[in-house]
Amino acid sequence: MIKRKSPYPYWFVLPAAVIFTVLFLAPTVASFWFSLTRWDLFTTQFIGLENYRQFFREPFLIQGLVNTVIYAALTSGTKTVLGLLLAVLLTSGLWGQGLLRTVIFFPVLVSTIGVGITFSVFMHPTRGLINVALAAIGIHGPGWLTDPALALYSIVFVDLWKGIGLATVIYIAGLASISPDYYEAARIDGATRTQMFFRVTVPLVKPATVTVVTLSLIGGLRSFDLIWAMTRGGPGFSSDVLASVIYKQYQAGFYGLSTAGNVILFLLIGLIVLPLTAWFNRKEVDL
Amino acid sequence: MRMTKCSILAASMMTLAAGVAHADVTLSVLIDTNPETIASFDAVSKAYMDKHPDVTFDVEQRAGGSEGDNIIKTRLATGEMADIFLYNGGSLFQALKPQETIADLSDLPSEAGILDSFKKVVTSPDGHVRGLPFGPAMGGGIFYNRKIYADLGLTPPKTWAEFMSNNEKIKAAGKVAVAQTYGTTWTSQLFVLADFYNVQAEVPNFAADYTANKVKYANTPAALRGFEHLEEVTKGGFLNADFGAATFDDGMRMVATGEAAHYPNLTFGIGNIQQNFPDNLKDLGFFAQPGTDAAKNGLTVWMPSALYASAKSENLEEAKKFLDFVGSKEACDLMAKAAPSGPYLVKGCELPKDIPPVVSDMLPYFDTEGRNGPALEFLSPVKGPALEQITVEVGTGIRSAKDAAALYDQDVEKQAKQLGLPNW
Repeated sequence: MIKRKSPYPYWFVLPAAVIFTVLFLAPTVASFWFSLTRWDLFTTQFIGLENYRQFFREPFLIQGLVNTVIYAALTSGTKTVLGLLLAVLLTSGLWGQGLLRTVIFFPVLVSTIGVGITFSVFMHPTRGLINVALAAIGIHGPGWLTDPALALYSIVFVDLWKGIGLATVIYIAGLASISPDYYEAARIDGATRTQMFFRVTVPLVKPATVTVVTLSLIGGLRSFDLIWAMTRGGPGFSSDVLASVIYKQYQAGFYGLSTAGNVILFLLIGLIVLPLTAWFNRKEVDL
Repeated sequence: MRMTKCSILAASMMTLAAGVAHADVTLSVLIDTNPETIASFDAVSKAYMDKHPDVTFDVEQRAGGSEGDNIIKTRLATGEMADIFLYNGGSLFQALKPQETIADLSDLPSEAGILDSFKKVVTSPDGHVRGLPFGPAMGGGIFYNRKIYADLGLTPPKTWAEFMSNNEKIKAAGKVAVAQTYGTTWTSQLFVLADFYNVQAEVPNFAADYTANKVKYANTPAALRGFEHLEEVTKGGFLNADFGAATFDDGMRMVATGEAAHYPNLTFGIGNIQQNFPDNLKDLGFFAQPGTDAAKNGLTVWMPSALYASAKSENLEEAKKFLDFVGSKEACDLMAKAAPSGPYLVKGCELPKDIPPVVSDMLPYFDTEGRNGPALEFLSPVKGPALEQITVEVGTGIRSAKDAAALYDQDVEKQAKQLGLPNW
């Protein structure tokens, strides 16, 4: 690659460079350093890679890692598929389309913590709205957040409810940018509605798909606030993800260890997202 | 709770208005949200402001548990700590680097009146006393509902076997035998932590050997028993249906109102009932967590929290003057009236005569030498942060007692290493 000379003078980029260095570059470098120390905020002691060894020895970490991947894959996958379908629905000229679009986007605007607390009240095993309603029709509802096998999936459900609106809106914008000419051409060629969806809509909406997948995958991998508000990683460690394990180390005062966890999270996101975007960008649209 | 908070605020605002003419000092104070703490601080600060109209208090409340630990540590480390703050003694105090962050209070006149057993748990490694007791000593054991006990003709158990047979009878009568409340995670630790008197009775050297990394929970049958007890209670089907989501408040309500017969917790829960269900206070009873031998029945004791002054406080002299008052018999009498839920650790400071039965259940353990002993966290700085999650696992049936004890042994390593203890 040939480096192009920047059209701007140095003094022009200097303020941005200073902000970038002080607020982003320096803390990143510092965090790599602190992850190699035993740090109690008062003193630091260099211990090499001990924190990383300790972090991978954390018995709950493996479960946290698996949960992180499950959580990210489920939320990201569902948001992509369901978001596209909802976007198609909401661009199909329904009555009150504008209002319906607002309705689906509304949960995105609500505070995550508020949503988490509200749903944990709804999901209370005996007094919660959901199980009371189920009991009224004779079904004994499970402990949505207290059953270790269910807790993570209950949170995934709430995450979807809250986050699907954003995916839908991105897809609506993506759909709007597809020229009607393609559909007309397809119709003339005698394509069915299903064929039009899979052969025209899906390929041409790919830029939106890339955005939705990348955003929701990163969001899912670093997800914390909703999980913390609903279960704090519990019962036990059953809904712990990487971010909540890290937070708990931080809470307990193991600052070096939790910084090491953050570095691991950083690398994990990089390892998953970078190849994915590279793959997305390499594939040309093939009509 | 809200009322008290408002009245402190109102009182401080009034004094603020009245005291403008003086060289006034506002002491910032960080306490927790426990109703007993708030009532006691209210009483003591009012009395102090009456004597010193130039001093006002700016009271801030914080969460308890690990959330609270986090707030205290971060604020101390960043120099943002209030002038005066409330925090535990023992292992949690030691984790704060007290010799650097907390002011030395050993020269306060009132320290002379404080019981040595308390001073020990707020003394930094360099030998200086840095805290004053705030509130009563607490017992860790089992609350029970006196009405259910009377109706079923039960007596407070002296051994674990008796406790379990009581549970069977209560269950047979169609009632919830044991309340568990994992919505408030820390409450899950009680069967393990409150068993420490019994551990100590069987293995007198446990605390020292544990600190020196010579014994483990998993390989000491007496220590493992706390985890096993929790497992037995769960497997026996004695728990409330919503044990996974219920909170500390729910647990106290259940045992006071007779929705459940037992609730293991610390006696500071009495303040909760006094506040929320005063009519049920008379139905609340308490006994120490029973062990294997009725002859060695005794109570695991938690020292009260302490008030400390931040070493970086700009009002250190004023803060120390106020703390000196907190340590006096006069202030202690006020607290004993506001929160009479256990014995106070200031010499000559007595509880009022009309104490509820749950407190009289507890006092005999304190009156007899050898019938009480401190919890492990006051004898050893080694305490793992994940115990509350591990005990939730045992109580929920996710993990066996044996596995849980081994996992906890692994969990404490981090703390021991961070403190730089030898042998770890």
